[in-house]
Amino acid sequence: MTATGIPDLKPQSNILRSAGWSATSLICLIAVWWVAALVIDSRNLPAPDQVFASFTDALASGELVTHVSITLARVLVSFVLAMVIGSAIGIFMGRSEKLNSFFDGWLVLALNLPALVTIILCYIWFGLTEVAAVTAVAINKIPNVSVTVREGARAISTDLMEMAQAYQFGKWKTFRHVVLPQLNPFIAAAARSGLALVWKIVLVVELLGRSDGVGFQLHLFFQLFDVAGLLAYAIAFIMVVQLIELLVLQPWERSANRWRR
Amino acid sequence: MTAVSINIKAKRYPGGAGGKSGHLALSDTRFEVNQNEFVCVLGPSGCGKTTLLNLIAGIDKSYDGEITLSAAVSRSLAYVFQTPRLLPWRTAAQNVELAIDGGASSSSLSMDLLAAVGIEKFAANYPGELSLGMQRRVSLARAFARRPSLMLMDEPFVSLDPDAARELRRLLKQMLVQQPATIIFVTHDHREAVQLADRIVVMSGAPAKVVKQVRVLMSDNQRNEVASVDEFIEKNLTEPRRAGQGAST
Repeated sequence: MTATGIPDLKPQSNILRSAGWSATSLICLIAVWWVAALVIDSRNLPAPDQVFASFTDALASGELVTHVSITLARVLVSFVLAMVIGSAIGIFMGRSEKLNSFFDGWLVLALNLPALVTIILCYIWFGLTEVAAVTAVAINKIPNVSVTVREGARAISTDLMEMAQAYQFGKWKTFRHVVLPQLNPFIAAAARSGLALVWKIVLVVELLGRSDGVGFQLHLFFQLFDVAGLLAYAIAFIMVVQLIELLVLQPWERSANRWRR
Repeated sequence: MTAVSINIKAKRYPGGAGGKSGHLALSDTRFEVNQNEFVCVLGPSGCGKTTLLNLIAGIDKSYDGEITLSAAVSRSLAYVFQTPRLLPWRTAAQNVELAIDGGASSSSLSMDLLAAVGIEKFAANYPGELSLGMQRRVSLARAFARRPSLMLMDEPFVSLDPDAARELRRLLKQMLVQQPATIIFVTHDHREAVQLADRIVVMSGAPAKVVKQVRVLMSDNQRNEVASVDEFIEKNLTEPRRAGQGAST
């Protein structure tokens, strides 16, 4: 820290500067896109204003909101399922050497199973149903969560576990106050990478076997060669996911890390 | 009345793969602790004193021999570790509260205890924001929060400056007047042992065993005088081979 009284201002001006840079780079991207669209002049690459018009149309008709919320519901259900089941598996494997060496092979197999295979198998086995769709997405995400959380479970402090034992915390208290806070950074990392993966897989699941949702709409636009509609839906969904990241995941991570200096 | 009876024939740590014996940490460790007695276990660093406390606390159950806790004592046990071992993601007050078994009064009890150790101002701070001395105070408050009948203390005042350590010893004595408990206090510091203990159990280097037991019959004033403490050490603790002198059980 310098003696000029700058320290107070510095972080703020940093935030402003980085926000300024983000805005500039975004504007540049749109400019490049616009120029390219003008040069190519094809309906396969619509200009930003056409995409925006398509976006406002879909918004006005209510279709956008309907399909985005249906997709979002599927994302949330499969995300929560994957986080809970994946974390549980990760904790058990991280805490028990035996379980870990037995199930490690399964985990490697699951990690490398292509998403498309799981989706097709789920639809064949459970039919073209909502349950099959959500299950397929969750199964794709569970191994990633398990691997990340397992690392956290391995690193749990023996000192603090002994303390919990000596003070007779019991299972639930130990889990809530000793284990979970140590896993928090790992669960948060799994959640952030998970959300991005889950929503992409949900779109594939919708494309293959659902008659609503963003994935279904994209399929429709593909058949109509309506690239403006396609981009409008894609951008709408990217914005929704970014909002979740900014308003839910990041504040949660901050509050979980409040104790760190 | 005997509160704790310790009879450990051997405590081994497993050796490397294939090695059949491993490291012998404790052998032939036998002594008893009476109700509300303050016993210091004195021995060189690394001789297995922490191992002994872990066995008494039941954290480590694999050993040859037996440790018996009386019914009164086994009900509530507190352990003050060599490092404070506070939960870094819980505030000082929450760390103390967690040691209390439920009850609506737990938050007021935790504040009372933090006041007793003189850091009520920092109740809402996280351990990372406190100095080591303050963390040790929180860990002491946490131990008393269990209303322990048996308190195990593993060099709880080590790596503090002499003044801070003396202050915490004074605080411990003062809290014990209000809330009597049986204490097994492990240390390698002769003066600390003489200042605190009713009886000193002297252990040898690894593998540790009990060499002798010395009763400390000194007034509080004598314990506070360096000269008389050093004289006691000179007389009773400097010749580890002369077992039996002043010993009692």
